[in-house]
Amino acid sequence: MLTLKNISYQIKDKTLVEDVSANFQEGKINLILGPNGAGKSTLIKLMSGELKPSSGQVFVEDEPLVQIPLAQQAKFRAVLSQNLELSFPLKVHEVVMMGRYPHFESKPQEVDKAICDQAMDRFDLQQMAHRNYLTLSGGEKQRVQFARVFAQIWQASALKPRLLLLDEPLTFLDIYYQYELMQQIKDFMKSNPDLTVIGVIHDLNIAAHFAEHTFLMKASQLFKQGITAKVLTEENIYEVFKVRVKDRFMMDKL
Amino acid sequence: MKRSRIGVIFLSLLLLLILLALISAKYGAVEISNQEIWEALVRISKGQELMDLNERIFMQIRLPRVIMGIFVGAALAVGGVLMQALFRNPIVEPGLVGTSSGAAFGAALYFVLGATFQWNLGEWTLPVAACLGGICSTALVFYLSRSRNSSKSSVVSLLLTGIAINALFLSGVGFLSYIARDPQARSITFWNLGTLSGAYWQGVLFVVVVTVSCLLLSLRYAKNLNALMLGEQEAQLLGMNVNTLKMKVLLLNVIMVAVATAFVGVIGFVGLIVPHLLRMLHGSDNRYLIWSGALMGAVVLTASDLVARLLLSPAELPIGIVTSMVGVPIFIVLLRRTNYFF
Repeated sequence: MLTLKNISYQIKDKTLVEDVSANFQEGKINLILGPNGAGKSTLIKLMSGELKPSSGQVFVEDEPLVQIPLAQQAKFRAVLSQNLELSFPLKVHEVVMMGRYPHFESKPQEVDKAICDQAMDRFDLQQMAHRNYLTLSGGEKQRVQFARVFAQIWQASALKPRLLLLDEPLTFLDIYYQYELMQQIKDFMKSNPDLTVIGVIHDLNIAAHFAEHTFLMKASQLFKQGITAKVLTEENIYEVFKVRVKDRFMMDKL
Repeated sequence: MKRSRIGVIFLSLLLLLILLALISAKYGAVEISNQEIWEALVRISKGQELMDLNERIFMQIRLPRVIMGIFVGAALAVGGVLMQALFRNPIVEPGLVGTSSGAAFGAALYFVLGATFQWNLGEWTLPVAACLGGICSTALVFYLSRSRNSSKSSVVSLLLTGIAINALFLSGVGFLSYIARDPQARSITFWNLGTLSGAYWQGVLFVVVVTVSCLLLSLRYAKNLNALMLGEQEAQLLGMNVNTLKMKVLLLNVIMVAVATAFVGVIGFVGLIVPHLLRMLHGSDNRYLIWSGALMGAVVLTASDLVARLLLSPAELPIGIVTSMVGVPIFIVLLRRTNYFF
């Protein structure tokens, strides 16, 4: 669904992403792993269009990403990053409604309200719908952001299959929420088969548990990519992280 | 936010504004009776000449002043709403991007050097000079903050450049008052504190047209300004062109604030405090803030003008002194009593 062709990204003489080519298949969970500074977040930002590649191109289906207007991109592609703050106090339901902004002109329609309602149900936010976002705990805030992002791509778009990009969205969450939120994504994908998820994650166990395809990055390059079980091997992990893991890091137990 | 609550807030602000405008039209150095107001309005509507002195005071001095106050207040408060949303910062005022200091400099230039130049636009000279000053200084701030990294202009560099350019233009005003003769220096001082006393019908009409059109245009950006609360990156990911948005909203703000300032001088604190009060009343949704900001700005300025006129009657206080003296304590109380910020 999303294809990277020989993507590189440089700032001055520093190369953050070097000659990465990859193909992300529709309807799959693709997770990107690698040590700090390997270029994972930069790669996600290149896919979302926040950064423009120094060379190479990003394609959505067969169309170059740069040729799709921002307003259209927002109708099929949502991005969730870590630790989003608001500059002013807003109610939780107002934040979730922002996910519908690409879909209406100036006033939310009935369908937008209904979708926000369902998204808040899904992430168990109804009882705090009227609370001030700024007063929530970190985990609660992130659930609100999940609901916002899901509201954005709740319905299939006529333009393209849907795409959800995750930039370390689970950082600072406890292990219960990490699994819970990933499970929500997986459940949502069952009834929405056109949705592709591409995400940067730190936790090897989460990747092993949820990712259908895994991409290992090392020193600005894509080191290995493919079916998770074939990528996350003891040797590969040692090669990238310099850590010996046993038991294929509990993968079989999970 | 529930519809009904917003409705109640809007309605009470509107009623308060009407009430204050009526009181403001009646009282001042000369008190005008209801009957005189009524007769003046009847005569005007029939196209007759005004007879009585009080009727003429009402039509030619009091009424333009009241209307000027309403629309200048609306312009300043909406300017504050727009700037705070754009800069994602609750302590931003319209003057921050250099608009008011530039306007003050343009006005000072007129007071000191206006007589030596050939060009003259009669009663329009001062507003034009001030408006040009405001637009030039804002353009300078925007240009300087842009050239630092070619295409993107970040909010922080815009703010810092604004502070620097403000200091520059205020020192220019200081220099001009220093070389000015006494009456000129006094004009500069007075103008920098703001007054509605010079309002005349053509000026009022101009301010009304500019304020109303900018207000209606700014409503188109309310949704995008809301998205900006999440940050510039996130707004872009929600499909907005952030750089274009910034340019358009800044332009609207500059035109609105420069024109208002050009006619009445520098009036501080309205643009800062009104958006705060309203966010506490009904939340931060810019779709509502623009309207309620306009109403409440008008209420605050009308009330301040009334106080400025009545406190030392028959003499007058500059209105900027009233807005600051009332605004500062309110602001500090708000800061200390609520955990509004975080």
